[in-house]
Amino acid sequence: MEQKTDTLLELHDLSVSFRMYERGASQRELTVISDLHLTVRPGEIVAVAGSSGSGKSLLASAILGILPDNATVRGHLHYKGEELTAERQQALRGTEIALVPQSVAYLDPLMKTGAQADGHKKPRPTVRREQLFARFGLPKQTGRLYPFQLSGGMARRVLLSTALLTDAALIIADEPTPGMSTEQAVEALTVFRELADDGRAVLLITHDIDLAFTFADRIAVFYAGTTVETAPAADFKEGPDALRHPYSKALWRALPQNGFTPIDGFQPVAVRLPAGCLYAPRCPHKTAECEEKVPPVREIRGGEVRCYRFTGKNGGCDVS
Amino acid sequence: MKRLIRIFLTYGIRLAALLLAVSIVSFVLVDASPVDPVTQYINGLGTAVSPEQRAEIEAYWGVDTPSVERYFNWLAGVLKGDLGESSLYRRPVSDIIGERFAGSLALMCLAWALSGIIGFSLGCLMGMYRDSWPDRILKKLCYLLSSLPTFWLGLLFLLVFSVWLGWFPIGFSAPIGVLHEDTTIGERLYHLILPALTLSLISFSQIALHTRQKLSDVLDSEYVLFAKARGEGKWTILRRHGLRNILLPALTLQFASFAELFGGSVIAENVFSYPGLGSAVSAAGLNSDVPLLLGITLFSALFVGVGNMIANLLYGIVDPRIREVGE
Amino acid sequence: MIRINRRKTTVIYAILLATALLLIYAFGLLIPKDALAGSFQEAGLAPSPAHPFGTDALGRDLILRTIKGLSVSLTIGLLASLIAAVIAAVSGIAAASGIKAADACVSWIIDLVMGIPHTILVLLISFALGRGLKGLLIGIAATHWCSLARLIRAEVLQLRAQQYIMVSRRLGKSGAFILTHHLLPHLMPQFFVGLVLMLPHAILHEASISFLGFGLPPEEPAIGIILSESMRYLSAGMWWPAVLPGLTLVLIVLLVDRMGDCLQRILNPVHAQE
Repeated sequence: MEQKTDTLLELHDLSVSFRMYERGASQRELTVISDLHLTVRPGEIVAVAGSSGSGKSLLASAILGILPDNATVRGHLHYKGEELTAERQQALRGTEIALVPQSVAYLDPLMKTGAQADGHKKPRPTVRREQLFARFGLPKQTGRLYPFQLSGGMARRVLLSTALLTDAALIIADEPTPGMSTEQAVEALTVFRELADDGRAVLLITHDIDLAFTFADRIAVFYAGTTVETAPAADFKEGPDALRHPYSKALWRALPQNGFTPIDGFQPVAVRLPAGCLYAPRCPHKTAECEEKVPPVREIRGGEVRCYRFTGKNGGCDVS
Repeated sequence: MKRLIRIFLTYGIRLAALLLAVSIVSFVLVDASPVDPVTQYINGLGTAVSPEQRAEIEAYWGVDTPSVERYFNWLAGVLKGDLGESSLYRRPVSDIIGERFAGSLALMCLAWALSGIIGFSLGCLMGMYRDSWPDRILKKLCYLLSSLPTFWLGLLFLLVFSVWLGWFPIGFSAPIGVLHEDTTIGERLYHLILPALTLSLISFSQIALHTRQKLSDVLDSEYVLFAKARGEGKWTILRRHGLRNILLPALTLQFASFAELFGGSVIAENVFSYPGLGSAVSAAGLNSDVPLLLGITLFSALFVGVGNMIANLLYGIVDPRIREVGE
Repeated sequence: MIRINRRKTTVIYAILLATALLLIYAFGLLIPKDALAGSFQEAGLAPSPAHPFGTDALGRDLILRTIKGLSVSLTIGLLASLIAAVIAAVSGIAAASGIKAADACVSWIIDLVMGIPHTILVLLISFALGRGLKGLLIGIAATHWCSLARLIRAEVLQLRAQQYIMVSRRLGKSGAFILTHHLLPHLMPQFFVGLVLMLPHAILHEASISFLGFGLPPEEPAIGIILSESMRYLSAGMWWPAVLPGLTLVLIVLLVDRMGDCLQRILNPVHAQE
C-alpha cells in the first residue's frame, strides 16, 4: 500500500463474489472478481481492457458501492488515500466519482434526456448541459427527447454528458464509445484527455484494445476477473517483447493488425475458477507452481504483472 | 389532436359494437327464460285482472310478436332513451337507473379511490422494503384478502361495526331490493362507509401486489442502478423514477377493473341493503323484472366499456413511447 | 438432489391437500338427510361441544350443514370448472387453429364476456335458465373460461411453431393426427392446472350467487344460503351462523388455492417460476 497519498484510487486484492441461492437452503459463492490490483493517479487515463463477459462492469459497481445485496466485497479500496467505506462511497457517488454507463438502458425510459442529464441535484446545470450537448454535436432539441427516441450514438453522448456535468475527480467510463461514429468517439476521448490534463482521472473500461492503446496512459489487462498485467500504453505499442504476461502477449497477437492469432481455450467461468493462476489452463509456459498458487503481483519495468514465469531477466524475454 | 380524435372514434365504434352484442346476448338470455314476465307483472299488481286487461297487458309486452321483432322494438326504444317500464317499481327503467346509479357511483367512487390510494401506497412501501418481514406479512395478507368472499367480509363488518360496536346502522330497515326513498344525504353517507370499505378491501390487494411487483422491477432496472451511481438516495429514486414508471400501469389497472368493481358492488349493496344499481339488479332478477334487468345489464356493460376505454386511452395519451411514435 | 426432494415434498403436500378435500367431500355425502333436519327446541344455540358451530334459527346443526354445504360447493365448483376448462380448451385450440375468423370470433366472445361484470352475467344466465343448479353451473362456467382459453391459445401457437410439428405436417399427417398426438398431450398439464386454479374462484362465485338468491334453492345447505339466512339473525346477536361457516369456506378456498399452486409446480414447473 505504498504511494497511497499520490494515488486517487487504489484497489488492493479486490474480490467480488455473489451468494447464489439455489431454491431451498443451499447456497454457493460465485467469484466474479478476484485479487484485483489497480491504481489510478490524478491526471491519467487508465484503461481496463479485457474480453466481453469478464466482469469488467462489476468493477465499476464495486468502486461505487452499488453492487446488489447478495454481493460480498473483500480487499481494500482507497480513495485519495483513505479507506473507501460504504458511507464514503455513498457520499462520493455522483460528486467525486462519476459513472458513464454503457447503454441506453441506464436512462429512465419515461424521463426526458435533458432532465436526466441535469441530474437530481440543485441547481440544475442546464446551461452547461446545453453547451456540452452542442459540443458533442447533439441537435438542440435532444434535451426534450425521450431515451427511446435517441440513436445509439446520441444516447452514448448523453450518458457521457451526465458524468461530465459533475465536478468528479474520477470518471469511470464503462464502454463509452460503441455506437458512436469515429469522429464522435475521438471527440469523447479528447474530452477525457482534457479532463485528465486538468488533473482529473478517467478509468476507461473497454474491450476495445486499440482504443485503449491510443488514448490511455496505462492499460490494465483484465482476465477472468483479475488484472494480469498493468503496463504503460507505450509497451503495447511496442509489441509483445515489451509486455510481461503471456496473456497480454497473446492478446496483442490476436489483434487483426498483428496477425490475428487466436488464443486456444476459453476463459474460465466464475463457478469453476482454477486454484492457481487464472490463465494457467491456457498458458503454454505453465508449471506445477502456476496451477497451485495464485502468483503475487510484481513490479517489473514500470508495470505490474502476476506471473511466476516472467522475471524480467534476459531482457525481459524469458517468456515469449 | 387529429390522432386523439381518431383514437376516440376507434374506441367509440368498438364500444358501440360491444354494447350492441351485449344487448343481443342479454335479450336472447332473457327471452329464453321460462319465467313469464306477464304473469309476474300481473302478480306484481296485486289485484285481480280481467281477461280483457290481461290481453291488453300481453299486447303491451308483445307476447304474440316474434322475438326478433320484439328485440328491434326494444332496441329502437333504447336508442331513443326509452328502456321500458320496470314491472317491479312501476316506473321508467331509465329513471330508476339514473337514480340508483347516483348511489352506486358514490359507493364505487369511494371504494375505487380508497383501494387505489391505499393499495398503491402500500404497494410502494412493500416494494421499497421488499423481502423484509413487514413486506412478507403484508404479501400474505394481500393473498388472503383476495380469497375472501366479498359478502362474508361484509357480514363480518356488519357484525363487528354495527352489531357489536354499534357505530353504524344495520341497513335492515327495508328488505333487500326495496327503494330507500326517504333518506337524507347524511344518512346516505353514513350508509356508504361500510359497503365502500368492504368493496375497497376486496380490490386493494390486487393493486398493492401489482404495484409492489412493478416497483420491484423498476428497482432492479439498470436505470435505477445508474441513479444510485449518481448519488440518488432511496426516496429520491422512488420520486424521480419509481412513481414515474409505475403510476401509469397502476392507474390503467384501476380503470380496467371496473367490471370487478361493479360486480363487487352488487354483492356489497345486497349485504348492506344499500340503494344502488346492484341491489336493483338482483331485485330485478328475483322478481323477473325483465326491462330493468336488461337496462342495468346494458348500463353495466357501458360502465365497464368506458373504464376499459379510459385504460387504453391513458397509455396512448400519457406514455411517451406510444404517444410520440404515433405522431 | 435437492430439486428432487423439493418436488417430492410438493407432491406429498398436494396429496395431503387433496385427501383433506376428499374427506370433507365424502363426509358431506355421507351425512343423512334427517341429520340435517332441526328441532325447534334446539333453535339458535350458541356453539357448544354438542354443536361445535351452534344451531341456526330453525334448530339445524350448523357444522353438519356447513360440511354438507361445502361438499355441494366443491361439487358445483369442480363441475363448473370442468365445463369452463373444456370451453377454454376448445376455444383456445380453435383460436390457434390458423383460421383467422375463428381467432377473431373467440377473441370477440372473450371481449364480450369480459365486457359485462361477471356477477351480472351469472345473474342473467341464471335467470334465463330458471334459477337453480343448471343456471349456476353454466353461469359460472361461462364467466371463468376466458383466461385459460387465452393461455391455451398462446401455448398452441407456440407448439405449432415447433419444428417437430412442422415436420409432422410436411410428412402429410392430418390436422387431427397432429392434434391428438402432438398438441393434446402437451396441453394436458396446462388444462389440469388451469382447472384447479379456477376452482377456488368458482367456489367463491357459487357462494356469492347463492347468497344473492340466484343459485341453489333455499332449502339446500349451500354456504351462500346459510350465510344469506344468517343475515336475518345478525342483529339479534347470532354471530355463529355468519362467522363459522364463512370461515370454513375461506379455509377450503385457501386449501384449494394451495393445491393449485402445488399442482402447477409439479406439472408445469416453467410456468410456476414466472
